Amino acid sequence: MSKPTTAELERIASQVRRDIVRMVHAVNSGHPGGSLGCTDFLVALYFHAMNRKDGFDMDGKGEDLFFLSNGHISPVWYSVLARAGYFEVSELATFRKINSRLQGHPATEEGLEGIRIASGSLGQGLSVACGAAQAKKLNGDKNLIYALMGDGELEEGQVWEAAMYAAHCKVDNLIATVDFNGQQIDGPTEEVMSLGNIKAKFEAFGWTVIESNGNDMASIVSSLEEAKKLTGQGKPILNLMTTDMGYGVDFMVGTHKWHGVAPNDEQLADALGQLEETLGDY
Amino acid sequence: MTKITYTEKKDTRSGFGAGLAELGRTNPNVVALCADLVGSLKMQEFIKENPERFFQIGIAEANMMGIAAGLTIGGKIPFSGTFANFSTGRVYDQIRQSIAYSEKNVKICASHAGLTLGEDGATHQILEDIGMMKMLPNMVVINPCDYNQTKAATIAIADYHGPVYLRFGRPSVPIFTPADQKFEIGKAIKLIEGTDVTIFATGHLVWEAIEAEAVLAEQGISVEVINIHTIKPLDTEAILASVAKTGCVVTAEEHQMNGGLGDSVAQTLALNHPAPLEMVAVNDSFGESGKPAELMTKYGIDAANIVKAAQRAIARK
Ligand SMILES: Cc1ncc(C[n+]2csc(CCOP(=O)(O)OP(=O)(O)O)c2C)c(N)n1
Ligand SMILES: [Mg+2]
Repeated sequence: MSKPTTAELERIASQVRRDIVRMVHAVNSGHPGGSLGCTDFLVALYFHAMNRKDGFDMDGKGEDLFFLSNGHISPVWYSVLARAGYFEVSELATFRKINSRLQGHPATEEGLEGIRIASGSLGQGLSVACGAAQAKKLNGDKNLIYALMGDGELEEGQVWEAAMYAAHCKVDNLIATVDFNGQQIDGPTEEVMSLGNIKAKFEAFGWTVIESNGNDMASIVSSLEEAKKLTGQGKPILNLMTTDMGYGVDFMVGTHKWHGVAPNDEQLADALGQLEETLGDY
Repeated sequence: MTKITYTEKKDTRSGFGAGLAELGRTNPNVVALCADLVGSLKMQEFIKENPERFFQIGIAEANMMGIAAGLTIGGKIPFSGTFANFSTGRVYDQIRQSIAYSEKNVKICASHAGLTLGEDGATHQILEDIGMMKMLPNMVVINPCDYNQTKAATIAIADYHGPVYLRFGRPSVPIFTPADQKFEIGKAIKLIEGTDVTIFATGHLVWEAIEAEAVLAEQGISVEVINIHTIKPLDTEAILASVAKTGCVVTAEEHQMNGGLGDSVAQTLALNHPAPLEMVAVNDSFGESGKPAELMTKYGIDAANIVKAAQRAIARK
């Protein structure tokens, strides 16, 4: 099967953004801001970059694996997983409802296809990704591990434990991406806890760092291709990806205010008016 | 039953090291991780024989738990090793989310548990770990009593799929379980038969219970001693069968009274068969520096305290 074009990826992203705002609106809870900002990335990852097998098994041998460390942006992941065929799109309607497999934060307990570890408590995903990457090496499996973290999440010390470990152990089958949106719950990261020069920090820890524009499909695709080429050279790869929180819905863009707030009925209608229904709503 | 004796003393952590080394030879999926305490955890033999299956994490326990969880994805069976304090309290949220809730096949192996680590003092003497771990859904909690049993438990947990907390200690203690005894998770072991009182003991306190039985026997008291090496899942059948016969109970452990074995037994009795219960455990206090035996006496968890507790329990019948 040939890979989708940039235009086709953008059409998928438009549908995913519709799914996100509809999902959080339906339960008046969840995290639209980070989800919308990372939509283009996750679409490019699943529909372009990753080498994926059909179906799902926990061990994921012989394919690339993705770990979402900033678990609060579950809406975008669930939508992308469903649109990529891991489970029925109609199941998106159960998000955050009782007896759903689509928990507020990702969980493995009910066997939702595509999910290999729970996340939500921030700071843990890079460690898990390192372990999964080491397991791939032990198994002689040449496929890659991808991980996504928030920028505010970098305030957790465990991230830097993992960063140090990955460089020391030459975990060079790992491509970690930071959602560099400059926002967290209480405000801009620069006000809450300035992150300084993230690129220089990771480089100082021994990583290869590339930069990308996370709301430009062509930039994401080419940066993921570049990142893949850089694997296998003794260093872990960091993709420092600038995004706008809330991208795609004009009144949500660029502010932490939509980190974890759902739109009301009028706001939903406004948002959906800005997002073309390309693949059919769930 | 024959009298329980011993000829040799050894630390339970060496039992872990020996069990891990054996697993290295027999199970290619077993991998080991350590946070800069290889010698204390007795992991050298495994590392020497399987360098490619050992992961030195450095002093970063949170990271170690995450990496262990990740290693299971791909079919590995990770054994993490550090002190009990840094295996539990320091990394509770990592264990909770990445291991227990995610149902990952990680074996959390914890040495230097309890007061008997001695001179390092209260910062290191965790007495809350059993409680923290047993409260986590999906977590199995095992606290073996001597070198042989720790070795057998280490080997046995590799064949069980799911998260396990394996707790052991630093000091040399009598070896009294048979070297060839099979370890069955969740199956209590009756060491001495009796009719007047049952002592349910775990970990280092099993030997203290055996010594207490000898003293009580001289007083004409018939004591049943049962080794509860698995605190979760608890062998409630064995507990209720024994209490039905003896009618009163002592629990003994190197742990806080809150959240320990005593709590679990009390719950079982209250729900099924209320009976007088005395708990030998640390009573809402931190430890301190000292020799293991001195600390056991000062904090009321030695054989002499078990004797007194048994007498109290019988008097309450
Ligand atoms: C350990 C932990 N502490 C606090 C929180 C609460 N929390 C959820 S999201 C968030 C902000 C995260 O910021 P960032 O990683 O930048 O994500 P963004 O807001 O950009 O989506 C916080 C503090 C949490 N989920 N986990
Ligand atoms: Mg952010």
